[in-house]
Amino acid sequence: MADTIPADAGLRKGLARPSRASVWADKWIPLVVLSPSVVISLIFVYGFLAATAVLSFTNSTLMPRYVGAGFQRYIDLFSNSVWWTSVANLFWFSVPFIVLSLGLGLLLAILMDQRIRAEGALRAIYLYPLALSQIVAGTAWQWLFNPEYGIQNTVRALGFTSFEFNWLNDSRMAMACVVIAAVWQCTGFVAALFLAGLRGVDEEVIKAGMVDGASMPVIYRRIVLPAMWPVFFSVLLLLTHQAIKTFDLVVAMTAGGPGTSTWLPSYFMYNFSFERGRMGVGAASAVMILVMVVAILIPMMYLEKRAQKNAS
Amino acid sequence: MTGLSIRNVHKSYGNVPVLKGINIDVAEGEFLILVGSSGCGKSTLLNMIAGLETITQGEIAIGGRVVNDLPPKSRDIAMVFQSYALYPSMTVRENISFGLEIRKVAPEERKRIVEAVAESLQISHLLDRKPRQLSGGQRQRVAMGRALARDPTLFLFDEPLSNLDAQLRIEMRSEIKMMHKRTGKTVCYVTHDQVEAMTLGDRIAVMKDGVVQQLGRPQEIYDAPANMYVAGFIGAPPMNFIPGTLEGEGSGLVMSIDTGAERRRLALPFRPADVKARPGQKVVLGLRPERITAAGASTSDPLKVRVDMTEPTGPDTLIYATLNGKRTLCRVQPFAAPKAGEAIALDFDLSRALLFDPESGARLDGGLAG
Amino acid sequence: MRPDKLVARIAIYAVLGFFALIFLAPLYVVLVTSLKTLPELRVGTMLALPQGLNFDAWGKAWSSACTGAACNGLQPFFMNSVYIVIPSVIISSMIGSINGYALAQWRFPGSEIIFTGLLFGFFIPFQAILLPAAQFLGMLKLANTIPGLIIIQTVYGIAFCTMLFRNYYVAMPLELVKAARVDGAGFFRIFWRIFLPISLPIFTVCVIWQFTHIWNDFLFGVVFSGPESRPITVGLNNLVNTSEGVKEYNVDTAAALITALPTLIVYIIGGRYFIRGLTAGAVKG
Ligand SMILES: Nc1ncnc2c1ncn2[C@@H]1O[C@H](COP(=O)(O)OP(=O)(O)O)[C@@H](O)[C@H]1O
Ligand SMILES: [Mg+2]
Repeated sequence: MADTIPADAGLRKGLARPSRASVWADKWIPLVVLSPSVVISLIFVYGFLAATAVLSFTNSTLMPRYVGAGFQRYIDLFSNSVWWTSVANLFWFSVPFIVLSLGLGLLLAILMDQRIRAEGALRAIYLYPLALSQIVAGTAWQWLFNPEYGIQNTVRALGFTSFEFNWLNDSRMAMACVVIAAVWQCTGFVAALFLAGLRGVDEEVIKAGMVDGASMPVIYRRIVLPAMWPVFFSVLLLLTHQAIKTFDLVVAMTAGGPGTSTWLPSYFMYNFSFERGRMGVGAASAVMILVMVVAILIPMMYLEKRAQKNAS
Repeated sequence: MTGLSIRNVHKSYGNVPVLKGINIDVAEGEFLILVGSSGCGKSTLLNMIAGLETITQGEIAIGGRVVNDLPPKSRDIAMVFQSYALYPSMTVRENISFGLEIRKVAPEERKRIVEAVAESLQISHLLDRKPRQLSGGQRQRVAMGRALARDPTLFLFDEPLSNLDAQLRIEMRSEIKMMHKRTGKTVCYVTHDQVEAMTLGDRIAVMKDGVVQQLGRPQEIYDAPANMYVAGFIGAPPMNFIPGTLEGEGSGLVMSIDTGAERRRLALPFRPADVKARPGQKVVLGLRPERITAAGASTSDPLKVRVDMTEPTGPDTLIYATLNGKRTLCRVQPFAAPKAGEAIALDFDLSRALLFDPESGARLDGGLAG
Repeated sequence: MRPDKLVARIAIYAVLGFFALIFLAPLYVVLVTSLKTLPELRVGTMLALPQGLNFDAWGKAWSSACTGAACNGLQPFFMNSVYIVIPSVIISSMIGSINGYALAQWRFPGSEIIFTGLLFGFFIPFQAILLPAAQFLGMLKLANTIPGLIIIQTVYGIAFCTMLFRNYYVAMPLELVKAARVDGAGFFRIFWRIFLPISLPIFTVCVIWQFTHIWNDFLFGVVFSGPESRPITVGLNNLVNTSEGVKEYNVDTAAALITALPTLIVYIIGGRYFIRGLTAGAVKG
């Protein structure tokens, strides 16, 4: 057969089927490239999560001590009233925070969707707080809530001399201050997401609604907003996640006070682990935070997936 | 009474004029087509008729009533959109009855209308589905149903078939035509597809750059286009435009044609008095491909042409040749078709030929009336 | 315009304008406060304009305010943050881009699982890894050091960066890689010659987002840093909560602005990309 090789065989060689080595390379290089990240993730995410769980079953205090303590740390945690205060506080923080940012964000998004002038500038104004650190935001709002110099003083200077506004030092109202600052930081983001969703609605659908005789409010209520469920779920997911992770804002605004009135689980975990040297209890609370995130987020992600499916 | 009248309508976005004085009268029950290439302002005009865009200048009247300041809902119109614009969160039934609900039609009456409309469009089995569970053709039917249920005085269609595949497009085309026959309502239909325009319209308005180039019956526009743009836009494959110089010969006019195989002076069927051009002037000869056929026994004076390429379409074969340096298409019977590179004798039927100004595109022969 | 429409328009602008003022108010108040002197603060309201442009408070916040025991202002913290942010942003973006490219354009059995697995790092509450991470850094002798913080910020930024790039590259047709492979290019060459050149927008998004995120971080900063490596957010918090002597609110607010300035500038310059990063994160996060 060798004598039938055409004269231009040398030329063709470069175009021949890929060599065994290059097929092998194409198959394995992506995996090789990803492997450092996978290893890092296995250690820093999954490994550390497991280690936290292990710690929560030990006697660790200031330093980790791998002496089994069974469920003792969890018993400590669940019998600690400050923990339960923190959990209750999280509820009283999350619900108003989520409701207000959702409502206000949606309102601003709908208004900005009305072909207004200066939309870019308005959006930039609503969104800039998110570019700030929560420590900065907390410092700013702490100043605004300061009774001697802040809002109370300013309103009094307008003539309302008996005006009282000292929430930050009021254990019943301090959480409201944290909520206000958090809403201020996140609303622009919610509005931006809703606006992107509204812009995704086919303009012809709105025209069809107008031709059908519906007024703008009816078009929004019946046609546009029902198409926004997936966005709504995304935003809800994000805000819930954000609420559970909120930590810096509390440190900067109230340091948990007055008393324990603004302690959140995240603050509890930090405080017990790094300030009171009760690492085992801290680890147990960290595990509980993880459980919270998973327990709330997984069903919501499932709902979001479903809403997305239903809407597409 | 007129179904729709558009009087001297202008539209500008900022300083950019998009429509530059549109005048169209549509008789009641008439099917009017607005056709033109993309971006010429068809949708803008339709949206203005619907009340979805403001009117910069001019007047629009529906059923004899000026509607310039009326919102869409008070204009008694229904519209079918290119994207169908079905309400995504509503079922087919809710989509169709939404407009009735807004108009406070009683629920039993709504149900009756929805079912009748669904019946006529053969979508009764889809009534409880959501739009995302429908195929393109089914969505199109629902969009039609939504318009039909409203029973308006004027139907507006904005490229309703352009998202369908070829097969469905032909099917829905005849369905729309039947729907029009049945309801007898005035229709204003936008398309960029000249076949749709020819097959559907009672009359066609050909638009370009915000100006109506010609308004007339389909055959009129095909046979006697007002200018080179219309001539080239309507008809597929498009009309041949052969450049040349007008020459006088005896009492008539001729034009030399170089076919690649021979060079010949063809006698033109125009009376010099009717033609708005003098001998020696550069002109463009317009001739539809079906007017250039294989020469037969009866052809008095066949012209030999060198074939660049052939394209069989089934019923006939298109021949590409170069006349006076310009690509020209001819339509011959498949059995008479030569191969590329060969020569063929062709019969040029100049009785329907047109003459254009190469600069302005205006008609130069006198037969404007058709 | 019809009168009812006009009223509606005015109402829309009124509401939007009102909220714009509310959103801007804290920034305004903090800014004017930082430009006032202490006596000035006591006489007027927080809304009053300062009597002049007085940057004394800024100067003090930058170089001599007390943050706990030390009184060197924010300057050392600011520099720490710079040293932490720059390498972690660059490294995490680069790793993210090549990961995203591999996951989006070289799908292999298991690539979706790897992606989901990596993505999980973006969801976890960091409280759940703080204790082992601190120990781990201790084992590496990197506890309380800037390199330690760089490692932490980079590692926990990879998930987001990978997701960002993966979602960007997944929108590109798979035929691109096929065509390049037919032309004889391999994994890295295709990345370098075809995908990197079209990645500038997404790199901008990633860099802006990572920068903002890491600059603003407090939790990692406060847990993993020592006296010599504290980032600026920790410095600001210490400065504000140092309770020795008279409370100098003008210095506090100036310090807050110094902390905020880098991210605010980035936001003003690259706001468009910032929003894209946010929405990209929201789609999957
Ligand atoms: N809202 C708008 N602002 C500015 N220009 C527009 C607007 N809507 C349409 N145009 C312009 O008007 C012209 C006509 O558009 P249209 O009516 O949609 O064309 P078509 O004939 O393809 O339907 C186009 O050039 C388009 O760019
Ligand atoms: Mg159009």
